[in-house]
Amino acid sequence: MIKTLETMYYVINHVKNYNTYHLTEEGFLYVKQGSPEFNVLKYIFKKVKCTMDEIKKEFGKEGDIGLNILFKNKTIELNKLDKSISCSKNGKKSNGFTLNNITEDVTQKYLDKINTYGEKENILFEKICNNGLVKNANNIIQELKKRKLIEIKKNSYSYIIKTNRFETQIKKNITDLNYLLLKNDEYTKYSIKKYNFFSSGKKINKGNLHLLTKQMKAFKDIFISLGFEEMNTQNYVESSFWCFDALYIPQQHPSRDLQDTFFIKEPEKCQNDFIDNFYINNIKKIHTYGDYDSYGWNYNWQLEESKKNVLRTHTTANSCRTLFNLAKKYKKQGYITPKKYFSIDRVFRNENLDSTHLAEFHQIEGLMVGERLGLSHLIGTLTAFYKYIGIHQLKFKPTFNPYTEPSMEIYGYHEENKKWLEVGNSGIFRPEMLLSMGFSKDVSVIAWGLSLERPTMIKYNIKNIRDLFGYKSVV
Amino acid sequence: MPTVSVKRDLLFQALGRTYTDEEFDELCFEFGLELDEITSEKEIISKEQGTVKAAGASDVVLYKIDVPANRYDLLCLEGLVRGLQVFKERIKAPVYKRVMPDGKIQKLIITEETAKIRPFAVAAVLRNIKFTKDRYDSFIELQEKLHQNICRKRALVAIGTHDLDTLSGPFTYTAKRPSDIKFKPLNKTKEYTACELMNIYKTDNHLKHYLHIIENKPLYPVIYDSNGVILSMPPIINGDHSRITVNTRNIFIECTGTDFTKAKIVLDIIVTMFSEYCENQFTVEAAEVVFPNGKSSTFPELAYRKEMVRADLINKKVGIRETPENLAKLLTRMYLKSEVIGDGNQIEIEIPPTRADIIHACDIVEDAAIAYGYNNIQMTLPKTYTIANQFPLNKLTELLRYDMAAAGFTEVLTFALCSQEDIADKLGLDISATKAVHISNPKTAEFQVARTTLLPGLLKTIAANRKMPLPLKLFEISDIVIKDSDTDVGAKNYRHLCAVYYNKNPGFEIIHGLLDRIMQLLDVPPGEDKGGYVIKASEGPAFFPGRCAEIFARGQSVGKLGVLHPDVITKFELTMPCSSLEINIGPFL
Repeated sequence: MIKTLETMYYVINHVKNYNTYHLTEEGFLYVKQGSPEFNVLKYIFKKVKCTMDEIKKEFGKEGDIGLNILFKNKTIELNKLDKSISCSKNGKKSNGFTLNNITEDVTQKYLDKINTYGEKENILFEKICNNGLVKNANNIIQELKKRKLIEIKKNSYSYIIKTNRFETQIKKNITDLNYLLLKNDEYTKYSIKKYNFFSSGKKINKGNLHLLTKQMKAFKDIFISLGFEEMNTQNYVESSFWCFDALYIPQQHPSRDLQDTFFIKEPEKCQNDFIDNFYINNIKKIHTYGDYDSYGWNYNWQLEESKKNVLRTHTTANSCRTLFNLAKKYKKQGYITPKKYFSIDRVFRNENLDSTHLAEFHQIEGLMVGERLGLSHLIGTLTAFYKYIGIHQLKFKPTFNPYTEPSMEIYGYHEENKKWLEVGNSGIFRPEMLLSMGFSKDVSVIAWGLSLERPTMIKYNIKNIRDLFGYKSVV
Repeated sequence: MPTVSVKRDLLFQALGRTYTDEEFDELCFEFGLELDEITSEKEIISKEQGTVKAAGASDVVLYKIDVPANRYDLLCLEGLVRGLQVFKERIKAPVYKRVMPDGKIQKLIITEETAKIRPFAVAAVLRNIKFTKDRYDSFIELQEKLHQNICRKRALVAIGTHDLDTLSGPFTYTAKRPSDIKFKPLNKTKEYTACELMNIYKTDNHLKHYLHIIENKPLYPVIYDSNGVILSMPPIINGDHSRITVNTRNIFIECTGTDFTKAKIVLDIIVTMFSEYCENQFTVEAAEVVFPNGKSSTFPELAYRKEMVRADLINKKVGIRETPENLAKLLTRMYLKSEVIGDGNQIEIEIPPTRADIIHACDIVEDAAIAYGYNNIQMTLPKTYTIANQFPLNKLTELLRYDMAAAGFTEVLTFALCSQEDIADKLGLDISATKAVHISNPKTAEFQVARTTLLPGLLKTIAANRKMPLPLKLFEISDIVIKDSDTDVGAKNYRHLCAVYYNKNPGFEIIHGLLDRIMQLLDVPPGEDKGGYVIKASEGPAFFPGRCAEIFARGQSVGKLGVLHPDVITKFELTMPCSSLEINIGPFL
């Protein structure tokens, strides 16, 4: 009952354990008559010398008990010659005997104390110890218990305190609320089982976005907030023309090697009429002899080579298509409408795979079309863009890209790692590329690109790209 | 990006001062180079072959420097030093001179047999050169770097350098049947025919990469001297007879190839770099090349040309405001000797033979910007007013992506490339029925085709995550690719949405419920009326019989849903029932 009340937090129960000590029948007898050892000793002392038979005759069974104890304590001794018993010289001092007198019956004394104070353990021990004169109170008690002169009873008592949640009526205990209990405040009749707040919650059934698409969205938001328009990049298969030739990448360029690019077996080549001849001829011209104040690459440009389909190696192929469409509009209207474009989409490289390289990854690309755009504008735009992704310090390294000139590699200072990391590539599109589309010399396009995976890996401290992208990435 | 490794101490000696690693790194950065690695031969060998083999190797400090792919003039210590010294205005750019010999000019006669295999050749002579071990090593290393880069692994151009004193001109560049070519090649002790050599070199780790260039041709290119000694069989190997050594004083250089422009550039680079060690510094002896048509030209070209660029164009393109005089100074530091002429706004720039990368004014603008310092340019934000916009299909994808996750499904992102098996055999289809785009040069089976369905990617993801607690509810919204002769490239992407439910029970009702939710989000009501959607019993090899339905929305079939066939489940190494849904979301725009 108390325990139930306790689990309901009505009361707090303090339990205390203690012993009580009681004399047995034999014990009572000794208190009245004196202990057998004392009585026997007294007899021996009086007679000075006596035989065992005499004692047995005098005391009966009690005589045996007395003799046993007295022999054990070496209080008396047996003369081996005449089989007589006498007080031992050594023993007289102990157990309250002196040589000439018998002072007191110790056993009787303790039994008497136990009889008087047996209910109160503390006082009893104090009395036995007799102000510290006796040290082994517990031994004495145990000895008496062994002789079955006393009994020890174990007792306990409860000390019960009312809590502030104490009620005079007991409510029914329930584990949790339910809808039935809410009706008419039914729940107030019940006491609700306490929660264990140290356990963990149940695994929730959740849906999730992929880390990369989340990051993709973050970049998209930056572009949108800076006024950029998203390009159509919805074709993985691209002709070499758009992927390389239109970007003024010569046909022997290493990026067009089988080792670097996935070529398509089926459909092997793009359609014959994939683009108007005017543009094809311009491209042929700038590669073969050069034009627009450019000396060109000076080699035998092949149309068939440019028709070979590939999986796009960069989304710049799509940027090129977008710019070509803009150029058509430009030629029609005769002036340029400034444009800002962006795209984030998948590109493909026939690379050897390792912990940072996959055959597929996502490219982020931004470009601005306008008159009189220069490197200072590119630097300004990049500074604004990278600030959004938490990179506040940038520096720029000259580099070479086949389709941009000037070109700048972008390095960002990583605050946590305290080092400069390459965070992108950028430049101004070459005039050979833009003029052959039909733009005038005054139109320039500044552009930059980076991968989506790399900043994501840095942000989330992911060491292996497969943990981020692919079948094994954690669901 | 090519990497040049140079001995640090040698480099500092040539630069006339020492740098700390950090200082040199900074200098590189500014100039557009990258100090990629600081190492030593010992370190390289111990990394590649273990410390035991590296025991005897040199521990001289090496700088590995990344050089832009179009700067062939920086591919050796000599060029790097010259470029940096001019950049730092410690020396003036040397002027390279071509001179006629006192005696007879060396001639290289090209026969018409070369036309079909390797039609071009150019040549030059370096007189009274003085090599040391380091210079000689650098000379060999430069040829290797050029071979790997501008020469496109010897396919476009191959270089041969010979001890002229062991030969006697005129030389003949011709093409012969492999069995008719016999000589002692470099580093061999006896003569072999070309056929034998091609076999021997199949196991040569270095040379085997070049064999394909001529292997199946009826005639192989070969160069003879007037005594019939073979100088080289380009692009494979030189003859041992004319091999150069540290002690060689006069060098005959020939470059053969399929790209005339590049052959000329390569020759110019070699002679400009190493004429530094000739008795008459930076002076190169001309050689005459006689073409099959009887005409002849002298090489190297070592052409200097003048370009004119307006100062305001440079200022505008870079976004700076420098005086023409200052711009001319900046350009001169980039090895482009420049001066202000005409109305005071024109800059005349001299392009030296080492700077073949300058093909347009924009290349000159870049050099001015580099010399000015990219990081000194004041940034400005373009003052253009534009309106942001999203590609509608991507916008729809994004919205659906969030709602799919909100419906308790987890997004995955899988590869667009996969094996034929994944999209055909494993789904019970014939590959020809998939209209898939095929890759011609996949390195592994995982890159054979572009996916035509998202389902295999999701099933492979489940297989890789079998330890996760059930049920697994996954989705992906990505592009698939189908051959399509109506597009310019002959293939088209479609944006698909695929979802799978994987548990102890198939859970068709869950996938069906998901479809209902998607349609609700797309504002497509249930029902066959125009604009609505229905599902109709259907069949499909990937589905369990009677557990497949086709989805029709807005009057067209957009996809299927159903319980996967146990064969499919087994083939993807799964053990539980699975239901799936895949639709094309394009029609819902």
